[in-house]
Amino acid sequence: MQICIYPIMTYFRGVWCIMEKIIPAKERLIKSSKNRMDGELRGKILVILCAVIMISATISITIFLGTKGLQSFIKNGVSLIEFLTSTHWNPTNQANPEYGALPFIFGSFAVTFLAALIAAPLGIGAAIFMTEIAPSWGRKILQPVVELLVGIPSVVYGFIGLTVLVPFVRAHVGGLGFSLLSGMIVLSVMILPTITSIATDAMGSLPKYLREGSYALGATRWQTIRKVLIPAALPGLLTAVVLGMARAFGEALAVQMVIGNVRNLPSSILDASATLTTIITLNMGHTTYGSVENNTLWSMGLILLVMSFAFILLIRYLSSRRKL
Amino acid sequence: MKSKTADRIATGVFVAIAIIIVSILVGLFSYILINGFKHISWEFLTTPSSNIRAGGGIRDQLFNSFYILLITMIIAVPLGVGGGIYMAEYAKPGKITDTIRSCIEVLASLPSIVIGMFGLLVFVNVTGWGYTILGGALALTVFNLPVIVRVSEDSIRTVPRDLKEASLALGITHWHTIKTVLLPSAFPSILTGIILAAGRVFGEAAALLFTAGLSTPRLDYANWNPFSEQSPLNIFRPAETLAVHIWSVNTQGLIPDVEAVSNGSAAVLVISVLLFNLLARWIGSIITKKMTATK
Repeated sequence: MQICIYPIMTYFRGVWCIMEKIIPAKERLIKSSKNRMDGELRGKILVILCAVIMISATISITIFLGTKGLQSFIKNGVSLIEFLTSTHWNPTNQANPEYGALPFIFGSFAVTFLAALIAAPLGIGAAIFMTEIAPSWGRKILQPVVELLVGIPSVVYGFIGLTVLVPFVRAHVGGLGFSLLSGMIVLSVMILPTITSIATDAMGSLPKYLREGSYALGATRWQTIRKVLIPAALPGLLTAVVLGMARAFGEALAVQMVIGNVRNLPSSILDASATLTTIITLNMGHTTYGSVENNTLWSMGLILLVMSFAFILLIRYLSSRRKL
Repeated sequence: MKSKTADRIATGVFVAIAIIIVSILVGLFSYILINGFKHISWEFLTTPSSNIRAGGGIRDQLFNSFYILLITMIIAVPLGVGGGIYMAEYAKPGKITDTIRSCIEVLASLPSIVIGMFGLLVFVNVTGWGYTILGGALALTVFNLPVIVRVSEDSIRTVPRDLKEASLALGITHWHTIKTVLLPSAFPSILTGIILAAGRVFGEAAALLFTAGLSTPRLDYANWNPFSEQSPLNIFRPAETLAVHIWSVNTQGLIPDVEAVSNGSAAVLVISVLLFNLLARWIGSIITKKMTATK
């Protein structure tokens, strides 16, 4: 390992040395303040440039996706009301194309909320287990477990959902297997680590005197958790759930592999469905760039973008409440 | 007495939740690894994939995954570390810093499919490159940048204040202090963060579908000229990565051995990500030991 690390470090230093030319001591002393000031300016400009690139990336994403997403309404004359409220999606119909994206918008929200409904109790429960029930060994086991769950790529979740979960649901629960239920289960496993780790931080950052005060009053551990700790950590716990939901809302491939991708509004949890992300992944590749159908896909992308802004605002609101 | 029973029940529920989560992980990993190991062989890793026939491997996809990761890191690491230095050292509290922070937050929370769409718009259509490795790497840079910025900023901020003040007190300029004092001390945690981010990039697929494409041209691994069409090093060729491959054989594939190929690929993918995680921890702890006096 020694052999491995040191060259990297000396390499970094070496690069800097080459950049600063080696000059005799006398001249260096005379020139030093000027040289240093040059380097100072160069460095500052360099890092400011990095920051500017970051801002411009964000702004250009918003502008590009915004203008492209609005084109279907402005240029192609698709009615915004129809797009948001109609349940009829039939863009390939020559005579009377219909662009109602409600089934997909509904699918996205349904699958997100259902996933959060499962993952939130599990994640918060795990957080409480790690901070209150077994702070020493429980944390040592669950922390790496959560980190490993984060590391599994989303396509792998989708693939396992497709080969294990879908046949299981078909055989034991009913329906085709490709359903809201499968999407919800896959997503809940995917957002579980997000919720768990942020909820753990929220619970762990509670001041110790809250617990001690409650125990001193004779409360049991469960009473302390329920009446004192959860209310105190509530904004943090809600932030965890919202972040999990934001991830679920934007997840594409794993959901697409198990949800069935039909254009109808699902009537039960066992029905196949579709979400905004799955329709985009499926159709973006084989619709002509610039066509009306393609432009409506960009409008759906714009909805995703707007929703991720909305999630950020919600998190901001929650964390401002935490400071009070 | 009643509250004690409730307490016992609640404890039982929390333990059950912990057991459920651990068993989910154990179940997932054993499924992936047990099913995958049957299909991983030297041949599987070194034969090119097939679109129609059975028996295809993942040679090109594996190479593409690592190559895109490398290009992404070459772009994202200097930008991200630079941004982190700015946020930790130069940014003064105020409106501009708040704006940058919100930008990082927005970038971090964008769904990867949205980044893929942005990539399709800018790096594929506006530039006229078509599906390219470079386009994919740039999209992944957008996806990865906020993580690296955050890691670098946090690592630089956790360097003890005394070190920085001592250096400044010796008359060394700010930038020189950053270069010679702050960055070397923050190096272990920055490196750990970067390796963890690399694991995330390695498994990412949604951002690459429309930027690096779903196909790989016939590659000639003896051709090292990066401007040649057939060279694996050409950054202006389409490239299907391992994660994208799993998705495409399952949803659009025609090959009869879908299950075998995807089981093997999933195992390779998960093992790689696992290795990234272990490597990050290992290197992090070793460098920390080397650079500080802790045992």
